[in-house]
Parts: sequence; C-alpha cells; structure tokens
Amino acid sequence: MAPRKLYGMPLSPNVVRVAAALNEKGLDFEIVPVDLRTGAHKQPEFLALNPFGQIPALQDGDEVLYESRAINRYIATKYTEGPELLPTPSAKLEVWLEVESHHFYPHVSPLVFQLLIKPMLGGAADPVVVDKHAHELARVLDVYETHLAQNKYLAGDAFTLADLNHMSYLFCLSKTPKADLVASRPHVKAWWDDISARPAFQKTVAAIPFPPSA
Amino acid sequence: MAPVKVFGPAMSTNVARILVCLEEVGAEYEVVNIDMQAKEHKSPEHLARNPFGQIPAFQDGDIVLFESRAIAKYVLRKFSKSAGVDLLREGDLKEAAMVDVWTEVEAHTYNPALSPVVYECLIYPAMRGVPTNQKVVEESLEKLKKVLDVYEARLSKHDYLAGDFLSFADLNHFPYTHYFMGTPHASLFDAYPHVKAWWERLAARPSVKKISANMPLKF
Repeated sequence: MAPRKLYGMPLSPNVVRVAAALNEKGLDFEIVPVDLRTGAHKQPEFLALNPFGQIPALQDGDEVLYESRAINRYIATKYTEGPELLPTPSAKLEVWLEVESHHFYPHVSPLVFQLLIKPMLGGAADPVVVDKHAHELARVLDVYETHLAQNKYLAGDAFTLADLNHMSYLFCLSKTPKADLVASRPHVKAWWDDISARPAFQKTVAAIPFPPSA
Repeated sequence: MAPVKVFGPAMSTNVARILVCLEEVGAEYEVVNIDMQAKEHKSPEHLARNPFGQIPAFQDGDIVLFESRAIAKYVLRKFSKSAGVDLLREGDLKEAAMVDVWTEVEAHTYNPALSPVVYECLIYPAMRGVPTNQKVVEESLEKLKKVLDVYEARLSKHDYLAGDFLSFADLNHFPYTHYFMGTPHASLFDAYPHVKAWWERLAARPSVKKISANMPLKF
C-alpha cells in the first residue's frame, strides 16, 4: 500500500501542483483517480476527504488534507529531504506564494480550461474569455518580467515553493497557443526553462497522460 | 522599534485583514492612507511598494511587502511570541495544516462566493454609482449557501475552523463578512446557527471591534 494517496485526475493542474511537490521531495505516492466527468468528486466517499467536493485531496498516513496550496505547504514543512521549499526568512517567499494564488492563477486557470481542458471534453474555447484572460495574464507577467530581471527565482537566489506552485499551470500553458505569453518575456522564459528542467519536474510531467498533440 | 506602516485606506477589507492581526499581537502600527479616488495606488511611489498597483502595501524598516495574507503572516510570525499569541500554530504540523487549509478555503471558496454580494450591494453603488446587479447577487448567494453548508458542518464539530482554537484562518474571514452583514442579505447566516455563533464570537473580539469601527457599513 502506498504511504501517500493523491486523489484526483492526473491531468488536473491542481493535482499536478501537488504531484510536483511530492516529487521534489522524492516521496512515493499513488494517484487515486477521481473522475470529474462521472461526478465522482460529489460522491460521499470523496466528500469525506474534501467536503467542498474538489480535487486534489491528499491522504498521508492518517492525515487528510485538501486545497493544493495548503497540501504543498504541509509537504514542504513535514519532509526535510530534498530542496528546502519554505526557507526562512520567508517574507518575500510568502508574497510570491500569494502572487501566484491571486494574480497568476485567476487568469492562467481559465485560459488553460478554455484552450486545453474544454477541447479535451469535446467543447470549444470561448474567444472572448480567452482574450480577456490572456490580456490580464500579460499584464501580470510584465510584473514577473521586471521581478525576474532582478531575481533568479521568485523569492531570491534559490528555488522555493513560490516557483514550484506555478509549474503545473505553466506547463499546461506551454501546450496552448498562448505559450507565447511566457516565451516572449526573456526573464520569465529563462526562469521557466530553468525550473522546468528540474529532474523532479521531468518525472512529474512524464506521468501526465497528455493526449497526443493535434 | 518604529511602528510598522500599512499603506491603504483603513476601511479597505484587505487593509483590515492586516490591522486585525496587528491588534491581536499588540504591535505598534501606523495606517498611511492611499487616495484611491486620486489614483494614488498607481503612482510611481506606490508602485515601488506594490508593483501590481494595489492596496495594501507594508513597510517594516527595510522590508517592503504586498499581498495582505503575506503581510499578515509576516506580522504574526514577527510579533506572536512576545505577545503570547499563537494564531498560525506553526509548532504543530497538523494544526498548522488545518490553519492553511481553511485559509485557502477563505481565499478560493468562501470569498469568491461572498464578496460579489458585498461589491454589488455596497461598494459599486457607492463608488461607481451603478445599480446592484441582482443576477450576480442571486448566483453568489446560491454558491454561498452551499459553502455555508460545509462551514455549518465543520463548526458543529469545532468552535473555530482549524480546530478548537482561534486562528489566522478565522480572522481572514472578518473583513468581507463584516461588510456582508451590512448588505440586505445578512440574515442568510440565520439559517446556519453554528456559523452565526462563530461569526458573533469573532465580531465580539476587541481587535475586531476596534478595526470594525473604521469600516462603516454605509459609505
């Protein structure tokens, strides 16, 4: 029996957010499928893990947690092997953890949904929604561009949870026609090229069941 | 030690988020107003503090921060020990995890359901002179009811969200909920007795009462 169970769909970027952290720490885990298409996330068995009926949830021994960013803080705090993902002093790190949550995510998430996930479910991207969020994400990434011109990683000199929490959505974005939002910004691109080359992340993406590109 | 500075209007929800934590730890602070009407938040001086051009921002000596939850955590980490306060529970992995879970729930589930009601009923009519969009209000209230169902179950088992102790997770709910109670939909909470009782416990805290005094419900 795997010591850790990560509940969710292996393609879901919020699930991959956690998988990326588990792999950085070199931890064994199994992904337990919760198929949103069949409404499994609203069934009592899953609601017992996350009463809000959302993926992911993580079971680590007798600890059950949900909210991918909270799960990642737990992993970073509990497991001391591998890179120090939540070093102190932490003020700047906390700022950029929040920036991911409140500036990056609100725009990258709908973009990835429209451009990647919806088509996989047989739907079509809504161009109005895509344009709106692409425009907003561009403005956000302009701030990142300035910041990353002064900082190798978001919290300073070292890779931390602030960088890691971006990776699943950055990966998905790179598979869409809006990949240029990153590719056109030299410091953001350099940062993404660096962090996506991490062996733990290579392992993470190898496990994502992407359908073959059209 | 010089007082820390919080930049932004005292009545702003995200400024209040920080101020209530400063009050809980008894730290000395100064609120430096930022004139939103005059677009001071987009001035070069303020952009140097917050590159997204938003309030709040924060300064403690050489340290300049933005993002209200990051600032609040900084305040709690710096001042809690000497104040004898433990709102983050960082000495206990399980408790800290619960604080983090419910802090994320506030940010990504509770607030997105509740804040549109505050914006449509109070903020937009006052600040932009536009009428309330009832469709947005109705949709948000439906979402909020489902969220409060889960809160009711949780608060039936524990006095506070992370467990039987007040934490950062509970305090994060104060600013927007305070304003929600000034909308015509405040009575929604009556259907959730444990949630209502929890809210009343929070509202009765001296820190919350003090900061609420600068957050008028009619503006």
